[in-house]
Amino acid sequence: MKVVGSRLALHMAILIAFCAAAHAQGKDAVSQPELQAKIDYCKTCHGFSGQGYRGFYPMPRLAGQQTEYIENQLNAFIERRRQNPVMFNVAHVLNPAMLKGLAAYFGSLNPKPLGGAPKELLAAGKKIYEEGIPASDVPPCASCHGPEAKGDGQFPRLAGQLHDYIMRKLTNWDKERGQDPKNPDASAIMEPIAHNLTEKQIAAVAAYLSYLE
Amino acid sequence: MKARIMRLIGLTMAVLAIVSCAGASSAGDVESASRNCTWCHGTLGHGYTIAPRLAGQRHEYIMDQLYDFRTHARDNPFSQQYMWGATANLGPQTARDLAAYFSTLPPTPANDGDRALAEIGREIFLEGIPEYDIASCAACHGPNAEGIGQIPRLGGLSYSYLKRRLAQWGEGYHVAAEPPMPRIASRLAPNEIAALASYLSFIQ
Repeated sequence: MKVVGSRLALHMAILIAFCAAAHAQGKDAVSQPELQAKIDYCKTCHGFSGQGYRGFYPMPRLAGQQTEYIENQLNAFIERRRQNPVMFNVAHVLNPAMLKGLAAYFGSLNPKPLGGAPKELLAAGKKIYEEGIPASDVPPCASCHGPEAKGDGQFPRLAGQLHDYIMRKLTNWDKERGQDPKNPDASAIMEPIAHNLTEKQIAAVAAYLSYLE
Repeated sequence: MKARIMRLIGLTMAVLAIVSCAGASSAGDVESASRNCTWCHGTLGHGYTIAPRLAGQRHEYIMDQLYDFRTHARDNPFSQQYMWGATANLGPQTARDLAAYFSTLPPTPANDGDRALAEIGREIFLEGIPEYDIASCAACHGPNAEGIGQIPRLGGLSYSYLKRRLAQWGEGYHVAAEPPMPRIASRLAPNEIAALASYLSFIQ
């Protein structure tokens, strides 16, 4: 109970600090009730602790995600660098202050992973994550995403991500990301790597990541 | 006159619901158990008046709902009136068999919504209303409202059933349900519910 209380206090502090900052900036300000309503809206699809949710499509975990990455992806949806019909509609009504507030909030959450991946692939996935696949020019994932897959800045956290979501993203990489040739983004880094992974290797690394806390 | 007919239908259904609790208890006998359902839900499970279509509904969803009727978690008036009794003596194996049976029947759309509202309904279904924090229905129910696993198929259900169910979330029924729906649906305005129900009723 005490832990829940202090976590709540932390979230409130983030919200308040953020609202104060937005207020100081003026034009892009967003009120705390507005931010809270939008947070609740995100959670209807992304899970009530931001842990991800399986609807018709797997909806990614946002909890603990790098704030810079969340902001960058929301902007990518708005600018059509990343294709997703639902998320374009969701993102294009967000002003920069709201975007920052959402990123800060979801980045601060830390629920347990949702789970559900087959466990027999974990060892193979761990090996790919830590060592890469030199024969296929696949570098160790850990070199950018970190030894614990917590990510860094624009490099996303992968720990605890839904395995079915990771699989869909990696198999569909160049059809979904980097869609504006005039405005290339960091997604280009992953393109050749995703391309060089086989379906089975993707399944293994996705299963491994989905159980990391 | 209309009220009298409705009362008569109601009475008939109540009797059938009571009869069905006796019949459905014999585990394994799906044919006789399904007859208790088809009195109200139609011979091919296509639904009739207030009883929704079951044909093509998701297996897991039907099982969940039967469980919710039995535990009284699904508590809207018609559920209380008919389905609580109908499921009171329903064993898990019979529930599984019935769910499997109805999920494999081919669904046909009710086509009874308002055509003029269907386009607005389609927009809400696919995109939600981001300005008002209403989520896209398609994200969970699928681009063609086909449903998956525990998430129901909505495409082709009758306008009146969809409208009633969507309105009931906001009226405080079924509060024990899994989180997203009570919150999403209670934010929908009556004209948005009418548009969604119309659009969905025409989906093949």
